[in-house]
Amino acid sequence: MRDPFMTSITDLPRPAFPFITIDDRGRPDLVAQRCTACGSTYADSQRVACARCGAREAALETFTPAHEGTLHSAVIVRRGFPGVEVPFVSAVVDLDGGPTLKGTLRGTRGFEPEDVATGQRVRVCFDDALGRKDKEGNSYVAHYFEPVSA
Amino acid sequence: MSQDIYIVGIHMIDFGRYPHRTPAQLGAQAALEALDEADVTIHDIQAVFSGSNYTTMIGQRILQQIGQTGVQIINLVNACSTGASAVRMAYTAIKAGEFDTVLCVGVEQMTGLGMLGGAAPGAIPTEGILGSATMPAVFGESGIEYAARTGATQADFAQVAVKNHHNATMNPKAFLRKETPLDMVLGAETIAWPLTKLMCSVNVDGAAAAVIMSEEKVKQRGLMDRAIRIRGSAMASAPWQERDPIMHDVNGPTRLAAEKAYAMAGLEPRDIDLVELHDCFASVELQHYENLGLCGEGEGVRLIRDGSTEIGGAIPVNVSGGLLSKGHPIAATGIANMYEIAQHLRGHAGERQVDGAKIGMTHVVGLGTSAAVHIFEKA
Repeated sequence: MRDPFMTSITDLPRPAFPFITIDDRGRPDLVAQRCTACGSTYADSQRVACARCGAREAALETFTPAHEGTLHSAVIVRRGFPGVEVPFVSAVVDLDGGPTLKGTLRGTRGFEPEDVATGQRVRVCFDDALGRKDKEGNSYVAHYFEPVSA
Repeated sequence: MSQDIYIVGIHMIDFGRYPHRTPAQLGAQAALEALDEADVTIHDIQAVFSGSNYTTMIGQRILQQIGQTGVQIINLVNACSTGASAVRMAYTAIKAGEFDTVLCVGVEQMTGLGMLGGAAPGAIPTEGILGSATMPAVFGESGIEYAARTGATQADFAQVAVKNHHNATMNPKAFLRKETPLDMVLGAETIAWPLTKLMCSVNVDGAAAAVIMSEEKVKQRGLMDRAIRIRGSAMASAPWQERDPIMHDVNGPTRLAAEKAYAMAGLEPRDIDLVELHDCFASVELQHYENLGLCGEGEGVRLIRDGSTEIGGAIPVNVSGGLLSKGHPIAATGIANMYEIAQHLRGHAGERQVDGAKIGMTHVVGLGTSAAVHIFEKA
């Protein structure tokens, strides 16, 4: 039996994107950067400088964004690349306090225009990246949006 | 005194499918026609600015077809603004006084490429996880943002396709030449709601070329009869905006480039007689009405509803049929838009001629982002 405290982090799922972090117990969270000079936020963890004011890396602080936000825009994708299951909702979400994130909105009632109305509240959840694995067989964790009302 | 700069020869090949021709052959065909119209040969060309997003060293490949004179060639990759970037570079190079006769070419062979877009290669494919990176989804999201601000409907977007496809029935160089009534556009396959297939531009093969010349040289060679004066030439990238590049901003760079072009030309939007703008998807045409200052904020919807941008309207837009009808061979599109304006300013546009056209504007915008706006006047 494996000692749970000896888990190698290489066995844990990996973050699918640079704005997702996974702690040593495998718990995912969002990570983002904020410019302490001008307040701009970025869905990133390794920026070189601020794209708005030019402040260098030292001025960028890491923070944990809110897990709720507002749906800024969304489309219902009905023709995808080969091998990608459709329909799905492609969404742009303004997290409360920033930054803006793109992702897939799931858990809508259906795939009609009223289901993707802009301005609705959504939350971030984490799940396996649709079972996709890299060449070494590693699993990945991705973020998804879900309607708060659901 | 600073000289004006002119287009003296310009050509676009019929956009379509050329599976048995190479990109260099397509570019060569457009270049030779432009040279002929300018009444020059390849031996008069002092520099080449050429572009293709899918073929490397396209300028050299073209000159290997039509004349290896050893001149400077600079190849550009600037997404959908590539062709206009070539003209912009020719403009500045001639302004700088280093050359007086320059060739610009944009070429793309796209048959079989399928739907464009896609995330940067990473450990796993991200389509369907990180939303969608397809162009219809990306531009659809931009259109929905516009709709939320202005009240534009899917039918308003579809009406752009109706208008542009109608215009293309009068343009023999367009790929798609058939009337598409509103119910046909709305009833076509949904690619990424709100965009149906008939609201998306088509991948085609195409090439367009222009010969750009200094005023002194135009006069010396007696070419003023065909010369098109470049009144404004401006480009911009995306200025910082809170959502860019998570959500690519095609509005900000277009606005910046337009402001610069108007200032350079000493003109205002009401001075423009026709516009060829970047309707890669139907929805974005309404956005660009506002970005280019053709109407006030939020008034783009009114322009399509009241027919202002139809032929015979106050400001005809995409009389050629636009990218929606001509097809959109990425690097060729910028110069092809200029070709259309040149036909109208010369009074050679036939059935779709905008009567009395004196000033025309072209616009392209490539995601990433790069926008180019040019303003032209018949010499």
